[in-house]
Amino acid sequence: MNSQTLVSPSRREFLVASSAIGGGLLLGFGVPAHAQVRDTLTSGAPFAPDAFLRIDRTGKVTFVSPMIEMGQGTYTSLPMLLAEELEVDVNKVAIEHAPPGEPYVNPLIGVQMTGASTAIRAMYVPLRRAGATARVMLVTAAAERWRVNPSTCRAQDGAVVHAPTGRKLGYGALVDAAAKLPVPENVPLKEPGEFRLVGKAHRRLDAAGKVNGRATYGIDVRLQEMKFAVVAQSPTFGGKLVSVDEAKAKSVPGVSQIVRLEDAFAIVASHTWAAKQGLAAAAPQWDAGPNAKLSTADVVGALRAASERTGAVARNDGDAAAAIAGAARRVEAVYEQPYLAHATMEPMNCTVHLTKEGCDVWLGTQIPGITQTAVSKVTGLKREQVRLHNHLLGGGFGRRLDFDGTVRAVQIAQHVQGPVQVIWTREEDIQHDMYRPYYYDRISAGLDAQGRPVGWTHRIAGSSIVERYNPGWIKGGVDPDAVESSVNHPYDVGAVRVEWVRQETPGISTSFWRGVGITRGTFVVESFVDELASAAKADPLAYRLTLLDKSPRAKNVLQIAAERSGWGKPLPAGQGRGIALCIGFGSFVAQVLQVTVDKDGAVKTTHVWCVVDCGLQVNPDTIRAQMESGIIFGLSAALHGEITIKDGRVEQTNFGDYRVLRINEAPKIAVTLVKSPEAPGGVGEPGTACVMPALVNAVFAATGKRIRKLPVVANIGA
Amino acid sequence: MVKVNVNGQLREADVTEDTPLLWTLRDVLKMTGTKFGCGMALCGACTVHIDGRPTRSCITPVSAAAGKRITTIEAIGATPAGKRIQAAWLELDVAQCGYCQSGQIMSASALLAANPKPSDADIDNAMAGNICRCGTYPRVRAAIKKAAGVTDKET
Repeated sequence: MNSQTLVSPSRREFLVASSAIGGGLLLGFGVPAHAQVRDTLTSGAPFAPDAFLRIDRTGKVTFVSPMIEMGQGTYTSLPMLLAEELEVDVNKVAIEHAPPGEPYVNPLIGVQMTGASTAIRAMYVPLRRAGATARVMLVTAAAERWRVNPSTCRAQDGAVVHAPTGRKLGYGALVDAAAKLPVPENVPLKEPGEFRLVGKAHRRLDAAGKVNGRATYGIDVRLQEMKFAVVAQSPTFGGKLVSVDEAKAKSVPGVSQIVRLEDAFAIVASHTWAAKQGLAAAAPQWDAGPNAKLSTADVVGALRAASERTGAVARNDGDAAAAIAGAARRVEAVYEQPYLAHATMEPMNCTVHLTKEGCDVWLGTQIPGITQTAVSKVTGLKREQVRLHNHLLGGGFGRRLDFDGTVRAVQIAQHVQGPVQVIWTREEDIQHDMYRPYYYDRISAGLDAQGRPVGWTHRIAGSSIVERYNPGWIKGGVDPDAVESSVNHPYDVGAVRVEWVRQETPGISTSFWRGVGITRGTFVVESFVDELASAAKADPLAYRLTLLDKSPRAKNVLQIAAERSGWGKPLPAGQGRGIALCIGFGSFVAQVLQVTVDKDGAVKTTHVWCVVDCGLQVNPDTIRAQMESGIIFGLSAALHGEITIKDGRVEQTNFGDYRVLRINEAPKIAVTLVKSPEAPGGVGEPGTACVMPALVNAVFAATGKRIRKLPVVANIGA
Repeated sequence: MVKVNVNGQLREADVTEDTPLLWTLRDVLKMTGTKFGCGMALCGACTVHIDGRPTRSCITPVSAAAGKRITTIEAIGATPAGKRIQAAWLELDVAQCGYCQSGQIMSASALLAANPKPSDADIDNAMAGNICRCGTYPRVRAAIKKAAGVTDKET
């Protein structure tokens, strides 16, 4: 889940062609030859390989997408890569959600997963290669039919043309012959200068259904005889169900059944409202369990103590402690980042039909393969008996990298005859999320007489998502996600020591959240570099530039952001600009953010100038959209986002007390794309990571107050 | 049985009168374009029009809509304002995950029908009840202006 655990996409991909059932050409990846970390859950028997590209006898091209669409534009950019080399009209490419299966494993992560801004990075070469390989086979089939040299034929808009004679055959007429040909190896790919599609803004291919209500998410599944269930899980972490008033719940019209589980119950009804009413009537009694007294203060206290301990060494270059001790000046700070919920607009839900013969699961997930395995474990069915039907995701942000909601739905379905849709209310969704961890960072630096850093120590304390999610990714006791952007930030700061201290809170599961470790690390590093600039009485931009001699791409985006934003031009009292840099996911992003802070401490973000160098661009408009999206998502969290705990339970319940940005609070955003010949980078997450420190740096510029504990709104008056 | 007029069709639903219109539409009439987001009129995902007025269907009892004209996302394109809004949405590629967009479009269509040249403040007032976690707000604003034919002087 971070750039360190990601393997290079240079693995040998080999393609497998076969005749499709009912005729046509199927072209799919063979089993990937990568040897990197693999999901322990899916390392068992592979699911039967499926094709990801199908061309049928009518010439219809179907792309079975290994990455799920959750808003990030993957269902446009990935077909563009395929169509570029296949020489077809991308607007006519049909897209299917991939089922669980080995061919759809993300080669950068080693499991079937949409996340960590990997879709383009993982698929940039393989999908072009697939398109080119299929095209060559189709051209060869045509040339054989016409008994001409293939070099006299070319592919164009879904057909092969023999230029000297003007003959033309559509792909549909060639697929059966092409499927019988050997698969050519090392088919040359277009150079970027030859692209007709890639690199030019293209309208989203999934947009039409999203403006007329026809786009189907997991929550929209409607089956014959389907029942609706609403679930209530123990309000305290680790609590158990004692009793429910079944008679009262059943007296609600439409309620048919109460399902009791050890730590939850569900009301099954003819529609969701009846189930909700049944839930309200059920008057559940809970045993609050071992964490009944837990509060945020306990969590923070334990983290503070943990941050006093020596941790696992994540980086140790030179003698940082000695360098700081001998420095002209020492700067130190503690940063705190709260628990965060994901709050996807589509609440958690899952529809299950369990029979003796198998289990059908309708949902939206970022991890189809892992989820299939989890369902097979819960049900005792074989993996191939678990048929998982993925859907568009009404937001992911990391929440749908976990299968807890699916397992819960299956546990309920085990008691229900026929298909049942299990929905979490918004309150359930907020109170039973798997949260981004609370992080407590202790950081210090020594500056020389000119204010330049000579030593840097940084200790990170928090829950390890990776220890729960995939312990195989832990290296030398260090969680590579938790220390990302802390161990490998670009600044030249002299001797460096970075340590990781794992500190779990019983009962609270933590999970990935947009920007993963890069978001948490960038907030601390970019805040602290700003503090060092202030200590050195230097301009925050100029100070950064002096520490970035080894990173010209970083310098470039910072300088452009400064130019675009009018950096350095005076602002009225109460306004300020903050700058921040994020390097991650193979991309370089700089932002200047402007705020107004009134005398009561009300913060209004007015402008964000965002500059992105993500290497080669596939769909530039998607890159802009992802920057806008990431900025607003990050601002929601930095300004308002905070999950707090009292009496063993989450205090927030809904959008009234878990505040997110609304349109009237959204800044003007200007995105500048930097043309670059470098390998394509990810764009889904760096916008979020960059904006959080840009905000606190701007608040400092406006007010002189340094916010070291998020969220800003709750702490600016502290 | 409750009778409702949805998109010009008289429909019957076997629900109690206090059942919110949202669940009547989604679960009983199987019209899933209208979305569940919060259940408390906090997010706007469930917005429909009742006699042309934007209404949060998650807190509106179906009985309150009886005898009135209900318009949902499935039919908003048949109204002049809705058609222009949908076209602007496509032109500017507003949607990302898309889940909140039914509600956004219903609120925006109602705004445009009532106020052909909305100002930024008008847009804030009409749209602040619609949450989008993908952060499509800049494009929502731009698309409403495009549909309204309002030119935006600022960049």
